[in-house]
Amino acid sequence: MREFSYERIADPAAAAARAAEVEGAKFIAGGTNLLDLMKLEIETPVHLIDVNGSGLDKITETPEGGLRIGALVRNTTLSAHARVRRDYPVLTRALVAGASGQLRNKATTAGNLLQRTRCPYFYDTAQACNKRVPGSGCSALTEGAFSRQLGIIGTSDACIATHPSDMAVGLRTLDAVVETITPTGMTRTIHLEEFHHLPGDTPDQENALMPGEMITAVTLPAPIGGQQVYHKVRDRASYAFALVSVALIRQPDGSGRVALGGVAPKPWRSAAADAELPNGAAAVVAQLLDGARPTEENTFKIALAERTLAALLAED
Amino acid sequence: MEFNQPAGQNLFDQSRIVGKPMPRVEGPLKVSGHAKYAFERHDVVAGQLHGYPVVSTIAQGRITEIDTSAAESAPGFRGVVTALEIGEMPSPFAWNFAPLFGGDRVSHYHQAIAVVVAETFEQARAAAALVRVDYEVEEGNYDLEAAWERAREDRSEPVSRIGDFEGAFAAAEVTLDGEYRTPGHSHAMMEPHATIANWQDGKLTIWTATQMVDWIRQSLARTLEMDPENVRVDSPYIGGGFGAKLYLRADAVLAALAARKLAEPVKVALPRPMIMNNTTHRAATIQRIRIGADREGRITAIAHEAISNTLPSGRGETATAQTRAFYAGANRLIVHHTAVMHLPEANAMRAPGEASGLMALEIAMDEMAEKLEMDPVQFRIINDTQVDPESPDRPFSNRNFVQCLEHGAEVFGWAERNMTPGGRREGMWLIGHGAAGAYRGSPAMASGARIRLQPSGRLIVETDMTDIGTGSYTVIAQTAAEVMGLPVEAVDVVLGDSAFPVSAGSGGQWGGPSATAGVYAACVALRAEIATRLGVENADSLEFVDGHVRGNDLDRLLSEMAAEGEIISEDTITFGDFRRDHIVSTFGAHFVEVAVHALTGEMRVRRMLAVCDSGRILNPVTARSQVIGGMVMGVGAALMEEIAVDTHRGYFPAHDLAGYEVPVHADIPAQEVIFLDTLDPVSTPMKAKGVGELGLCGVAAAVANAAYNATGVRVRNYPMTLEKFIPGLPTA
Repeated sequence: MREFSYERIADPAAAAARAAEVEGAKFIAGGTNLLDLMKLEIETPVHLIDVNGSGLDKITETPEGGLRIGALVRNTTLSAHARVRRDYPVLTRALVAGASGQLRNKATTAGNLLQRTRCPYFYDTAQACNKRVPGSGCSALTEGAFSRQLGIIGTSDACIATHPSDMAVGLRTLDAVVETITPTGMTRTIHLEEFHHLPGDTPDQENALMPGEMITAVTLPAPIGGQQVYHKVRDRASYAFALVSVALIRQPDGSGRVALGGVAPKPWRSAAADAELPNGAAAVVAQLLDGARPTEENTFKIALAERTLAALLAED
Repeated sequence: MEFNQPAGQNLFDQSRIVGKPMPRVEGPLKVSGHAKYAFERHDVVAGQLHGYPVVSTIAQGRITEIDTSAAESAPGFRGVVTALEIGEMPSPFAWNFAPLFGGDRVSHYHQAIAVVVAETFEQARAAAALVRVDYEVEEGNYDLEAAWERAREDRSEPVSRIGDFEGAFAAAEVTLDGEYRTPGHSHAMMEPHATIANWQDGKLTIWTATQMVDWIRQSLARTLEMDPENVRVDSPYIGGGFGAKLYLRADAVLAALAARKLAEPVKVALPRPMIMNNTTHRAATIQRIRIGADREGRITAIAHEAISNTLPSGRGETATAQTRAFYAGANRLIVHHTAVMHLPEANAMRAPGEASGLMALEIAMDEMAEKLEMDPVQFRIINDTQVDPESPDRPFSNRNFVQCLEHGAEVFGWAERNMTPGGRREGMWLIGHGAAGAYRGSPAMASGARIRLQPSGRLIVETDMTDIGTGSYTVIAQTAAEVMGLPVEAVDVVLGDSAFPVSAGSGGQWGGPSATAGVYAACVALRAEIATRLGVENADSLEFVDGHVRGNDLDRLLSEMAAEGEIISEDTITFGDFRRDHIVSTFGAHFVEVAVHALTGEMRVRRMLAVCDSGRILNPVTARSQVIGGMVMGVGAALMEEIAVDTHRGYFPAHDLAGYEVPVHADIPAQEVIFLDTLDPVSTPMKAKGVGELGLCGVAAAVANAAYNATGVRVRNYPMTLEKFIPGLPTA
């Protein structure tokens, strides 16, 4: 771990301004991912701004009948919230599929969206990784690499890492919106769809946040009802990242929304694929994973995605 | 005491304590945090500095330069030792195959090449990250599949050849020729390797975590070219080993070298992300099994051929070990290939040989039973043997494999199993049942102990035996209490210190039976000493009961005997050659029910039963604990565990506990363990055998067979992850 300085700033606008002012500064909230990465020197912030005192830990109703989830709301709190459980059950189900009870007690809503990939080549600083060191190459894409867990769509020749969040996959089906505050004190909203970037040639640039910009909340539109389920497939029954996960909202008329986790650098959903839902899992996945570029080791994720969706559709 | 003939009727046959269920005597210390593990022993020596390893980031080649200048100006820096300054060191032990430290050669990824010492752990870690290393990279050989292609062509000398395998196989009415694959496994024990080292007056003390105190003492002395008498090793508590702590590892060498150079105590733990590549692993195997039988299911020909990766001079994984003796059959062929590869060091992991071998053999037996249209349990029963099939004059000392199968089948409800592969479905889940046999050799090793009877009447047992979570403290206390006629509460067991008599240590499931036999021998010596003091010629005419020694018209309190000062006795049990006239092994049968999701292929083990034949069970509580732990490890091997190889760079990329998955609680269902009430008089005076490795043997194959039975998809390539089933699963 490199040496760093640390301060607490309660006011979000002041925190954002400070983060923009100090080059190499980062926010810290739960720290469940950041501290691990700092110990491995994958993350090397020179300054940490602790925003835990900012009061952004409330869940409130919006005038539209939705929910505004403060950036610091812990995953455990969010998953157990009565309105979330009643009106947005796909979110509760996605949350409790992630990490462990202990981690969910610490992990925050904003931090969850910002967590880094679990690609093993990202985690070993001796290996080439364009996400960790831009321009160094991608060990995961060379002959003989271990790529079973990695992405199959939305990837690039520079990076095939996935985004590991379950929560974000649930949020994606709910058309969640990220609210931020910029270093100049302006607020802005970013649709979750636009929030995570695909790697292209710059896999180190993972999201739409500008330097210093801080997430203040995630808002959910008014509930849309329907059957809301989340199925996470992995090699053990708990405490593992998804091989494939499926979030599904299904309306009584057969229409609905589908998002996939474990396959792409962001929660993977498209309107065209949603439209295929009345035609069954094969039609949805054919549309959603059209253009997939799996490796030999992870090509199974295509069939697995279709089968996992089919399993959810077969449930009453 | 030499154990030189089968045990007759003895005091353990009327035991009050040995064989009775008893919770761990050190349990309260462990659950309250008072049992200090190596890295936490802050009190043993003042002023401990922290060492952090620097490891190679290439798999094969030479170090051309190690630049420590940046590290040296880091905060808290106190010193550094590099492999180049030390130069090549003597190999520590015949069974260490990778150099642990020293010289410019890199033999595998994450080989230790320097240690940076600082005042705090964080400072040491940060400074270590500043060390810059230049290499000359060399090509290595990392692909077992390619090695197998070559090995199949060569005519390796068989390990054994009995009769005419080829002829009998060609003539057999029913035959199987199958190829099976097991991946490398990592021990993934909870406690990382850790050592505190301190030098004083040319003598070295290490507080460490090891399974084998004396091996480590000798190895460290050889590596550092010093007299073993000047090395002290202390390892009272070990947070799991599974073979990873059998041999000297880099933590001890780095700590010792750094402490010597700085003339201050230094502690070093191997960080978790380094352990999988720096230390040892269970080799991957590719195995070919051929079985021929007549229509009635009697095996007439059996061949087992296996290849595994190893560093030069290594032995590879002896995956064929059990096949030499497990099942009958007149014509037999065993071939063992080693593939020299430049991966990290392949070495022993829990039940080396049998664990991997049975993963293959017990699938093959299931496949063969199916070809014969036989109950796979019945097929195994028919092919039981009571003698060494390679040498029929040599009997098994005590083999109750058939009873394991029959009793297990009855308890499990085997008759109600799903008979048609893929034929039983509950909603979205396919239900299957599987069985497998278990076999593991039960060696015994010389083991010593010292007994000190205190004036208070308490007994202190001292031996360098280790307790790696197995229950050594408890079974040793039980043994001493039994032999000396004391309650267990009156016995203090002190373990893991090289100042104590050399024991068998913990490995190869020999620890429990051997170490308790050694304590028995030392107690017998104490009884003899007491008899002498009482002027009684025949010690066996005395009874030791309830804290008294009685007989010959005498009745004295034991405490009274030591009133003038403690009485010390010491002895070592050794095992005579007669044992080799038998095969001394342990046996078991595993029964498993699994559910496989019909669409996704996700697998859940729903219930497990193990029936074990291990001679006298010294303590059913700790023995059960070992067996269920083995069953968990077997589920891991069946379903998820794999140290995947990057065949380009020659290392294991998923080298932490997020990348290398072991079962979590939610993966493990109700586990039932039954110990057959058997005794093996050839094994030890207590008629006991090992059990810690038996619990793992065969488990994965039982899961694999149940998965086949559930799905109709036969997977011969571990782990049985879902993508291997998906092509054969239903579409709705």
